[in-house]
Amino acid sequence: MQEVFSSPFFGIGLSIAAFWIGNLIRKKTGLVICNPLVVALVLVCGVLLIFKIPYEAYSEGGEIINMFLAPATACLAVSIYTKAELLKKNWLPVTVGATCGSLASMGSVYLLCRLFRMDEAMTVSLIPKSVTTPIAVSIAEGQGGMVPITMVAVIFTGILGSIFAPLMIRLFRVKDPMTAGVAIGACSHAVGTSRALELGETEGAMSGLAIGVCGVLTVLFSLILL
Amino acid sequence: MKIVTQIGIIFSICWAAQIIEHLLPFAFPASVIGMVLLFILLAFGVLKVDHIREKSDFLLANMAFFFIPAGVSVINYFDILRAWVVQLLFICAVSTVITFAVTAYSMRLTVWLMERAAQRRPVRAAAQSGPVRAAVESKEEEA
Repeated sequence: MQEVFSSPFFGIGLSIAAFWIGNLIRKKTGLVICNPLVVALVLVCGVLLIFKIPYEAYSEGGEIINMFLAPATACLAVSIYTKAELLKKNWLPVTVGATCGSLASMGSVYLLCRLFRMDEAMTVSLIPKSVTTPIAVSIAEGQGGMVPITMVAVIFTGILGSIFAPLMIRLFRVKDPMTAGVAIGACSHAVGTSRALELGETEGAMSGLAIGVCGVLTVLFSLILL
Repeated sequence: MKIVTQIGIIFSICWAAQIIEHLLPFAFPASVIGMVLLFILLAFGVLKVDHIREKSDFLLANMAFFFIPAGVSVINYFDILRAWVVQLLFICAVSTVITFAVTAYSMRLTVWLMERAAQRRPVRAAAQSGPVRAAVESKEEEA
């Protein structure tokens, strides 16, 4: 009986079904916490644990989906390219904001990890947590971090950012929509950007731009500093 | 055939990125090299967005889906996660607020400095087009 689960079709089918349910729940509830990826992860892990299916069997199909990660990451270039005009117009404040934000994110995570006496692997898994998942995963992988831990941190950060973005805008008295957008994108990547789009067009566009700029800067900083 | 060509283009870029990764003297993630490569091809007009539009839209729109297997492997890390979950959540929360604040304040300072620089020389339509735009425009005139 176990062999049927080792077919790649099982892993791929299960993933698609779980993601489909995740999207459905998101549409029905509209809650940020019902992120389709979170729901899908909970469902797949649940199925594997309940039916005692080994992770290795699932990953026969998982490996095939994994193969699309690199092309999907490469395609981020398309979304950055389509925003090049926006960057050209406001390059100075955006670059300064993204640089300071990326360094603040990496630095604060590093210091807090030291404070909690976390080991090296855990620290490098958490350092890229403010950038978009594909880039964060690449950084963690390259530096010897634990990819799933990075993903948990990235997703949680994104959800936090998108929930508290309006509150932080009021708390830090941000009046300029461009500044608000870049700050949201810098601290909570794509999940935050979906919220920024609800706040306004400028906020959304700037947040989307910040994902790309902060992502590239964080790769550079992690190469230099780690 | 159109989609097959697009897949061909994007996968070739990814393969080229892996070759470059092997040749580089330092560790640099191949997927990010692929991103830089594709950006260069687009920026220099070698590729048009239209050449890869459908495939890239498909990949970007379903980005989260491709992360499911990587995320599911958290099953193998449950013990580590359980040991550190409180600290992990705390670190994420605190550093998210710090990142937001630092980004917002550094940008506000930059915009303020640019406005001051702009005020020192006559700017024609500063009052009409708003402070930020005006500052940016005057920067562009300078260059």
